[in-house]
Amino acid sequence: MEKKLNELTITEAARALRARECTVRELFDACVQSAQKQNEELNAYLELFVSNHETLEPDAETLAAIEEAQKLIDAEIESVASGDACGVPAPLLCGIPLAIKDNILIEGRTSSASSKMLENYTATYDATVIKKLKAQHAIFIGRTNMDEFAMGSSTEHSAFGKTKNPYDTTRVPGGSSGGSAAAVASHGALASLGTDTGGSIRQPAAHCGLVGLKPTYGAVSRNGLIALASSLDQCGPLAKSVADAKIIFDALKGNDPLDATSIPKKSPYQKPEAKDAGAAPKKFRIGVPYHLLENGVDEDLLAHFTKTLESFKSAGHEILDVSLPTSSYALAVYYVIQPAEASANLARFDGMRYGLAKRGKSLLDDYVETRTEGFGEETTRRILLGTFVLSSGYIDAYYRKADAARAVLTKEYDEAFKNVDVIAFPTTPSPAFVFGEKSDPVSMYLEDIFTVTANLTGMPALSVPMGMVSREGKELPTGIHFTAPKGAEDLLFTIGAAVTGETL
Amino acid sequence: MQYVEACDTVGNMVNTEEVKKLAALARINVPEEKLEKFAQEFEAILGYVGQLESLEVPEKTPLLPYTNVFREDGKPHEKGKYTEKLAEQFPAREGDYLSVKQIISHD
Repeated sequence: MEKKLNELTITEAARALRARECTVRELFDACVQSAQKQNEELNAYLELFVSNHETLEPDAETLAAIEEAQKLIDAEIESVASGDACGVPAPLLCGIPLAIKDNILIEGRTSSASSKMLENYTATYDATVIKKLKAQHAIFIGRTNMDEFAMGSSTEHSAFGKTKNPYDTTRVPGGSSGGSAAAVASHGALASLGTDTGGSIRQPAAHCGLVGLKPTYGAVSRNGLIALASSLDQCGPLAKSVADAKIIFDALKGNDPLDATSIPKKSPYQKPEAKDAGAAPKKFRIGVPYHLLENGVDEDLLAHFTKTLESFKSAGHEILDVSLPTSSYALAVYYVIQPAEASANLARFDGMRYGLAKRGKSLLDDYVETRTEGFGEETTRRILLGTFVLSSGYIDAYYRKADAARAVLTKEYDEAFKNVDVIAFPTTPSPAFVFGEKSDPVSMYLEDIFTVTANLTGMPALSVPMGMVSREGKELPTGIHFTAPKGAEDLLFTIGAAVTGETL
Repeated sequence: MQYVEACDTVGNMVNTEEVKKLAALARINVPEEKLEKFAQEFEAILGYVGQLESLEVPEKTPLLPYTNVFREDGKPHEKGKYTEKLAEQFPAREGDYLSVKQIISHD
């Protein structure tokens, strides 16, 4: 085999396991060895699930999962060999090593959201997404670094050190799922889970040359994710291919009674006429909001975008100019609603029931000392900002106005989707930036200018690699971003695969 | 990329006193030497999000449709099934009780 085991995609690894070209343990070992070797430099992982950091022996729980997965693969191979039609095929993710973002609970393991507040917190239950991956017998390699409580676009705001971009270690991997992106891009896992509140899956995917999906709001259960902004958060995959992202999404999606915002089993987004399988049009109508691309996008990045659109055109797809006037306000809307919800969600961390607990003279001191020591600077900044926009006297001008604008924005997108199948623009205006370059908050927030809209409207969005640009002698990846109507992830996979040249 | 210029009519509201007040409301202590920095950053952030003021939204824009979600009452789990697991996370405990400071004071 040309590729090393840890360099395989999920699809390739699933085939290799069934062809007995490797075992589940060999696949795990290849990933964990690569992850450990690079972690000193990259800091992608906060913890690898091994019992010994010299031998990299998987810990007891992981070892049991590896053995169980191998049994299922063996059973499938045997049933195929014996021509047993009743044999149960192992799930696609069976035996596949995945990295998990540190804000997703795995029972019995630390889940810190990269915050000192939860450094000593042990999860008391599995997140629904973890339950679903365990049911598929996927293997967890470790938990990945992130911006504290998922607030940031660079992974510089982690309480446990920054993560570096595998393409250029002087640059950020993006964020907040920067560890999950760096882990996969450096082949320390075949794929990973991230969470996306304003671009936290798609932007690091773009900066690290990966495919990243933010599903429709409610498509994937939020039960067991450490909440940032509950009306915006979604969990999704970062993967090496569109096919891999689809495999993970298919495993994660579905109604969950433990998340009241999860899409009901009878989805309101399912169009009755979309019955015929696939339902993706052969010829896509791709909407491009050219008015948003007039200023601020790097020239060479825009050239890649134009070239990608050209190749769509020559393949017979249609490119249409769409107008989304309220999009210019999306980032402002986002930076009102997100801190508002964050300040409410983070009020639960008070040093009483779990996590960091500082003790002062009075009960109030207990709260204040715990929160002052537990939260990092960016977290504090957003809590205060959220407190401000919700405070009496300002709530109408900020929060209520933003909420109304969010509804207008959603309607604009709904309107646009009457004439186009997907909407495309670059995932970010520029490739990965150098550490410290965006030290003032507003310039950091502008990183999310294109990605936040999908969270505000609840629509699914996919970032796919669209070519490399050169910065200071290093080749850096860029991403093209597609948004689809709610529930239409399959359109995203089809168009995404057209960019990467995959057949799904 | 195009975004509307920040409006300065909503600016100039956040001084160090205001930051202190917000911090007190949020139960966080912002050290003196950081108050000025936070105030300046808030000016910039609010200056940026202040562009919302120039956005016209229709009167009484209907917000997104919200519906209540209920689920059937299920069978309760056996008593105490999760108690130990949860209590293990308590910073201080007495038996199965969470131990905290006196809540009602006399001054």
